[in-house]
Amino acid sequence: MEASADHSGMPPRLALRHITKRYPGIVANDDVSLTVQPGEIHAVLGENGAGKSTLMKIIYGAVQADAGQIEWNGKPERIATPAAARHLGIGMVFQHFQLFETLSVVENIALALEGHFDLKTLAGRVAEVSRKYGLPLDPQRLVHSLSVGERQRVEIVRCLLQNPQLLILDEPTSVLTPQAVRALFDTLRQLAAEGVSILYISHKLHEIQELCDRATVMQAGKVTGEAEPRQETPASLARMMIGRDLPVCSTSAFAGESQPVLEVRGLSFANPDPFGTSLHDVNLTVHSGEVVGIAGISGNGQAELLAALSGEQISAPQAILLNGNPVGNLHAGRRRDKGLAFVPEERLGRGAVPAMTLAQNFMLTAHRNPDLRSFGLMSRTRARLHAAKCVERFDVRCNGALSAARSLSGGNLQKFIVGREIMQNPRVLIVAQPTWGVDVGAAAFLRQTLLDISRSGVAVLVVSEELEELFEICDRIAVLAGGRLSQPVPREQTDAENIGLLMGGQSQAA
Amino acid sequence: MNSELIAILGATLAAAVPLIFAGLGELITEKSGVMNLGVEGMMLIGAVAGFAGGVHWGVGGGLLCGAVAGLLAALPFAFLTLSLGANQPAAGLALTIFGTGLSAFIGQYFVSQSMPGLQAWAVPGLAQIPVIGPVFFNQTYVVYLSYLTFAIVAWTLARTRVGLILRAVGESPDAAHAIGYPVISIRYAATLCGGALSGIAGAYLSTVYTPLWVQNMTAGRGWIAVALVVFAAWKPWRLMLGAYLFGGMTILQMYLQGKSLQLPAVLASIPHLQDAVDVLMHNVLGTSQFLASVPYLATIIVLVLISRDRRVLFLSFPASLGKPYIEGR
Repeated sequence: MEASADHSGMPPRLALRHITKRYPGIVANDDVSLTVQPGEIHAVLGENGAGKSTLMKIIYGAVQADAGQIEWNGKPERIATPAAARHLGIGMVFQHFQLFETLSVVENIALALEGHFDLKTLAGRVAEVSRKYGLPLDPQRLVHSLSVGERQRVEIVRCLLQNPQLLILDEPTSVLTPQAVRALFDTLRQLAAEGVSILYISHKLHEIQELCDRATVMQAGKVTGEAEPRQETPASLARMMIGRDLPVCSTSAFAGESQPVLEVRGLSFANPDPFGTSLHDVNLTVHSGEVVGIAGISGNGQAELLAALSGEQISAPQAILLNGNPVGNLHAGRRRDKGLAFVPEERLGRGAVPAMTLAQNFMLTAHRNPDLRSFGLMSRTRARLHAAKCVERFDVRCNGALSAARSLSGGNLQKFIVGREIMQNPRVLIVAQPTWGVDVGAAAFLRQTLLDISRSGVAVLVVSEELEELFEICDRIAVLAGGRLSQPVPREQTDAENIGLLMGGQSQAA
Repeated sequence: MNSELIAILGATLAAAVPLIFAGLGELITEKSGVMNLGVEGMMLIGAVAGFAGGVHWGVGGGLLCGAVAGLLAALPFAFLTLSLGANQPAAGLALTIFGTGLSAFIGQYFVSQSMPGLQAWAVPGLAQIPVIGPVFFNQTYVVYLSYLTFAIVAWTLARTRVGLILRAVGESPDAAHAIGYPVISIRYAATLCGGALSGIAGAYLSTVYTPLWVQNMTAGRGWIAVALVVFAAWKPWRLMLGAYLFGGMTILQMYLQGKSLQLPAVLASIPHLQDAVDVLMHNVLGTSQFLASVPYLATIIVLVLISRDRRVLFLSFPASLGKPYIEGR
């Protein structure tokens, strides 16, 4: 609040002036200006694709701006490489952690530091810093054995050991439980109190309101506003971010008769990969007309459970029932024949073949539909017509059914894949991370679509890391942690706090 | 211990030297994430250059020439794969084919020449230790150089910042780039270092092991070196083990050639069994072709058996191996 006024006598820690960065076909940053004061926690708020990450990469020296100036403590600087940025005192915690899995924590940290190479002394310093800032870490552990939250701590400690004056955090909470988010915020406030400036990139409005002194809002590469988040409402911030009100989903009760459609009974899976997660006695029932959500941080068995449900990994016949029939031993194609539809997390490569057209991608799962055949053979014309129908019905923005899957944005491709599966009239629809990396408008559309399809009598199972999303659309929520699935709880009877505790691996909260 | 066994063990160490140099070179290269299948070609170029140098300046000069030639042979490979992002296995195969042809072309001037061999030099003090002394410390100085190279590579990889950076670049070039390391330059250095060591391996063959030039004289040792690195799970000490195993089998099969297998009396009393064994030995097991293949077979089988631990493989496998890296992508 007063933070910015306090430092009026000093030059800003960092000032960006008229930064522009063009990529073929798009302007990622268009005349962006921004200042951060010493000790200020400054938010950069914007949707996926608003240009936040590009801007941060420019500050960190990983990308060069086409035009504009960077001033560091009042002096113009050219930041040519990440190493130069680190020399100035700029540290970055990446959204996709830049760690080496087969190396130990202290080795990972040593790689980012200069000076005498002495792992023993460094391990001592790591322990000291992690104690001081409440970031518990064992310096000798190998990174691959750490949880996502612990890995983030490694990244933060690595930055802190370089005594940064500016710390950039790119979507740091997307992989954390609510409790871990609170601990992170405490650390960040402590750092800010010591005079470290923090650039906090996020699209989560409530976090920014809780943590940040000031916010720069970006939309489509441009700065659309500056605000003091605590003075704003989520609605007013959202308007700055997407230019209109945040869309909300509308739900209604399911009118039909609720029947169990997908039943999982005592599903276990011993993972042959020594670093993978095994599933332990998973039980779950999804009824027609409801949306069941599975919360949890990726790497807790999500991939294994989804593979077992989709049929990519087969199990005992009775472990999975579809409409009361055992399907556990059937492969993915046979399960699809019986009315199971699956939207995987990776859109390009698993959900769709990047180089193939939408029409061809449509055929990949829709070839069962007799409407797509003529004289018993696949008909390209009909596939094109159906794909075009899907494009229209699900508001997929593209150059028609013959555009390549890879040419679509994440949100539009996801709408197409979800639409394709819905058009197969499934009994069960399983969706992994439905709105990951999708802009707000498309995300709302997808959520509404999933709600609508469930109310038409389909059983919908959603696996997601986004708690808010699950609370918005799910009727019941379970948590997958360490390969064990908690008892699904009706949405009204739980809250983010309880789900967060379960995600952290604690037993069923009362 | 009898002198025959000591002689076999001593010869084993000498036979393993080319595999140690080439294998350690390829190990360094692969640890940085580059798969260079051109080891055989670089060895041959090193061998012919080493012989040419050795004729003029002796073994030391020959080894140096081999190292420089191997490094120069690796340079176009590095440029194609690292600067231009070409497919590494294909470029490596091309390097082997090129090296085979080039060495044969240059080598025709050296076909009938020979050079004096290198005398063993007993390390004072150490050579007097019973058994170990005559086996390990009564060798040519190149063998001592192979111990030293192993020690330096193993220590560097495990204990130093250079080794840590190399492992980091090989595991995740993206992360290494993000924290400010010049991935391409580091891979260049590792690839050229691998080329130089392969060149030394080849030069050792043509100046010390059999001091003359014969076309294709590496006889697939470059390929064995590549396989050794993989089956040794990128660990230097396992690579040494594999190299000595190969060396030992090479010497043993030479020793066995021309010997017949006498069955113990109990078995020999079974009618026709000795005849059957003789026929088998004479036509299959005892033929020089079969025996010559034994070192290759035995080395691969043993290394495959000891490298099945997925945990070990995960921790030592350079995850980016063979994948081109384009900076700022």
